[in-house]
This record gives sequence, structure tokens and C-alpha cells, in this order.
Amino acid sequence: MLKIRDLVVAYGGIEALKGISIDVPDGDIVTLIGANGAGKSTLLRTIMGLEKAKSGSITYQEEDLGPLNSQHIVERGITLVPEGRRIFPNLTVLENLKIGAYLRKDKNAIADDIRRIYGLFPRLEERHWQMAGTLSGGEQQMLAVGRAMMCRPKLIMMDEPSLGLAPLVIREIFNIIRRINETGTTVLLVEQNANMALKVAHKAYVLETGRIRMEGTGQELLENEEIKEAYLGKKKN
Amino acid sequence: MELFQALTHMTAAGFAQHLVNGISLGSLYALIAIGYTMVYGILLMINFAHGDIVMMACYFAFFGITAFHIPWYLTFIGTIAATALLGVVIERTAYRPLRDAPKNSVLISAIGASFLLENLANYIFSGRPMHFPDIPFLSSMVRIGGVQIQAICFFIPVVTVLCLAILLHIVNHTKTGMAMRAVSKDYEIARVMGINIDNVISITFAIGSALAAVGAIMWGIRYPGITPYLGVMPGLKCFIAAVIGGIGNIKGAVLGGFILGLGEILIVAFFPTLSGYRDAFAFIMLILILFYKPTGILGETTTEKV
Repeated sequence: MLKIRDLVVAYGGIEALKGISIDVPDGDIVTLIGANGAGKSTLLRTIMGLEKAKSGSITYQEEDLGPLNSQHIVERGITLVPEGRRIFPNLTVLENLKIGAYLRKDKNAIADDIRRIYGLFPRLEERHWQMAGTLSGGEQQMLAVGRAMMCRPKLIMMDEPSLGLAPLVIREIFNIIRRINETGTTVLLVEQNANMALKVAHKAYVLETGRIRMEGTGQELLENEEIKEAYLGKKKN
Repeated sequence: MELFQALTHMTAAGFAQHLVNGISLGSLYALIAIGYTMVYGILLMINFAHGDIVMMACYFAFFGITAFHIPWYLTFIGTIAATALLGVVIERTAYRPLRDAPKNSVLISAIGASFLLENLANYIFSGRPMHFPDIPFLSSMVRIGGVQIQAICFFIPVVTVLCLAILLHIVNHTKTGMAMRAVSKDYEIARVMGINIDNVISITFAIGSALAAVGAIMWGIRYPGITPYLGVMPGLKCFIAAVIGGIGNIKGAVLGGFILGLGEILIVAFFPTLSGYRDAFAFIMLILILFYKPTGILGETTTEKV
């Protein structure tokens, strides 16, 4: 579905991504783990059209995304749940969901989707009239996920959805990620919480300072000794 | 009441007259201040050309009626449309190319746009003051009780409230308004939602300039001497009004406009000896507000984005 080849992205001369290649197959959950500064967010931002690549290619369903801007990339069915949630604090919860469907014209289907998201996150329905800035961190994350789903994405990219959340909330978020995937949406997940992320992943990549260090199925990486030590906080036996 | 009159040498009728004057001036400030606050809300810049957009609107209306003999009501509609377009053109040519430049560059470009409009007007229309055409009924004086009040003074607050109601409806209850509020908080994520930022900014300039045109037309009827520099002082004061109310906040701009308009008129009414300091009132208010509540009366205490 999404093919990335030899992607190089630089900020003012410093290369954040030094030529990486990644495949995201249709219907899978693909996880990207790595430390701070490894280039994970840069990758998602570049796919979304928020950064320009220096070289390499991003192909989505046989189409080169390189020349497209964010607006056209959303139209193709790709969306981003950004790092730090970045819901619109000055809009109500309901408006945040509606703005996720900004490019859609089908009013009835939008109303159906809002109901479906309320079903997934009942807290959002209870608070639909509140300014989103007044929500708790966990609720804001749910809203950010719900907002992204409102454009009916084929590929949903999530940047550190567990960041700064309580363990119970993290579990809930990961359950939701699984459920979103089960409805046929492809997921590209970037996480520092390697343990949870690898457990849900069909396929996983380890990113280290702009390069792919390792790849495999989520299970393979979970059992890999190096990964255990570096990312899962478990000592080598 | 007698004591009040003795103290102020003012009759109730006289006070009523000043009140009407103050409210109508406040309304005009409010309409113009909204343009400053909307642009700031979205671009985080002060559109210094806004006062000159007011001036241009006065000339559009002037020439529409006197030179082209278009009926005044059609002229007013045309003036609003032309001014909205002028605002959009200024944004496209002076601000958009600097979208990714440092904020100071845009600010300087805004000052440049302001000077350009003033000098262009001076060159084309000449610096000689022109008399804004009299509009049937609106320009005439009405006698109520013991005082004479220009008819337009009664329309100004009504038109202002109407404009404000329409604006608040657009901002709070339409898809475009929702996009405007989203863009004002987070450009990048607004883009990820599929919002075309450039369109939203153009719409913002169009609305702000259209409101300025409505203000300008009423300004022309109320204070008929028009010159290429007529927008400078009201522009400054309305910018201050927006700051006093809390820049970025539409209701705040209206509140600030009324505070300045009413304050200016009433201070001179009560203390005629201070009439020479009339223009200073706005600046004193600015200093006070910056001292005691820099975010303005209705402004939110913003936390810088991390």
C-alpha cells in the first residue's frame, strides 16, 4: 500500500532520515520503534507532506506522493494522529470531530461516523459540547484518534499515541488501535513504548539515528535479544 | 441630578447628545478594530494597512457617488465588495510571499503597504480634503428634545450590532468559521485536516476589509472631510482598541472600540479643557492596559506552544 524507498530528509543540512526503505502492506499494523531523535516523527511528517524529502520516494497505491501537498494527501485517504495530540483546544469536542471530516460533503454519513466514534469513545459523547482544551490527556488522545478517523482513512498514522498517558489509558488506546485495524484500516504506528507497540504489530522496524537498524514481524523483534535490552528494558540472560 | 449638572455644567439633553456621539464613534472603532483582531488571530501580525483600507473605502464611496453618479445604496454595496477585494489583494501581494519569513519582515511589509496606499491615494486623489457626499436623510440633522443629532448616529450602532451578529454567526456556526478558528490555533494540523490555509486567510482578509468598508462609509457620512491620511489616526486607535479588548478576540475588539469611542467623547464632554488631549486618551488606555493586563480585557492568557 505504502512504499518508501531510500528516503532522505534534512533540516538545514542535518539529515534526520538517511535513506530509509519501508513497506506498509494493506491491512496491517506496521510499527516503527526507536529512541528520541531517531527520525520517527520526521518520517510521518514527510509522508503527510509537512516536510519535503531531499531524495528518495514515497509511493502510495502506485502514486508518487512527493509533489502533493497535505491537503491532497488527506484526500487520498492518509491521515495523521500527531505527536502531542494537537487537538484544536478552542473548538468543542464535536467540532474537532467535524473538522476531521472537513473534505467530506456527505452529511448523513458524517453523522453516522460521529455516532460510531462516540460508540468507540463514550467519554467524547459525554463531553461533546466542551472545549477540547479542557479534556484530560487521555481524552484528548481519544479525540485526536477520533478526529483522524473522521476522514475515513485507508491509512492512519499515529505518532506516539501513548505519550504521557496512564498505563490503563495506554491499554485502552492500543485496544482501539487493534479495533480500528480490524475494520480494515491500515495502521502505521510510531512508538517509544516498544513493548505494547510490538505486541500489536504485524510488522515492525527499528529506527536508529535516521537508519533502519532491524526489521521483522512484531513477534520476532519482541524475542530479539538486542531489542529486549535496548528497547524493552530487559537484561540479556 | 442638580449637583451633577452644577458640577459638569451639562444638561441631561446635552449628556444624551454626548452619549449618542460616543456610542456611534465607539461603534465605528469597533467595526474597524475587528479587522485588526481577526488578522492577528490568524496570522499573528498587525495589518498596519488596515486604517488605509478604511481610507480607500471612503474614496471608493466618494467617487462612486460623485464621479460615476451611481445611486448611493449601490455605491455602498460596490464599495464593500471593492474594499474586500483590496484587502485580499494586499494579503496576496504583501503578506503571502512572506508566509515563511520571520514575523518582523511581514510587519515591515505591512507598514510598507500602508505607506503605499497613503501615497498612492495622495498621488491619485490629491491631498486636498474632499467632501463626502450628503446621503439623503442619513446626513441630515434630527431634532430630539433640545438637541440636534445627525440621523446616521442612530444607524451606526444598529448596523454595527447587525454586522457583529452576522460575523459571530459565521465564525461560530459555519464550516468556514470553524476552519478559521482551527487555523488560528494550529496551521499545520489544520492542513492535515485538509483545510486550504491560503483560502481561509483570504476569507479572513475579505471579511475584515468588508467590515472596515461598512465602518468607512458611516465614517464618511459622520465626518465628511476625507483625505488620504484619514485612516491613520482611526487605524492606530482601532489597533489599540483591539489590544485593550484582547487581540485575537472579536468580542474584545468590539468592547475595546466602545471603551475608546465613549471614553474619548465623554472625557471631552465632562472636562472641556482637556479637549486638546482627546487623541491621547487611547494611548493612555494602551499604556494602562499593557501595565495591568497585557493580554487585554477578554484576552486569554496564552501558554506558548511547546
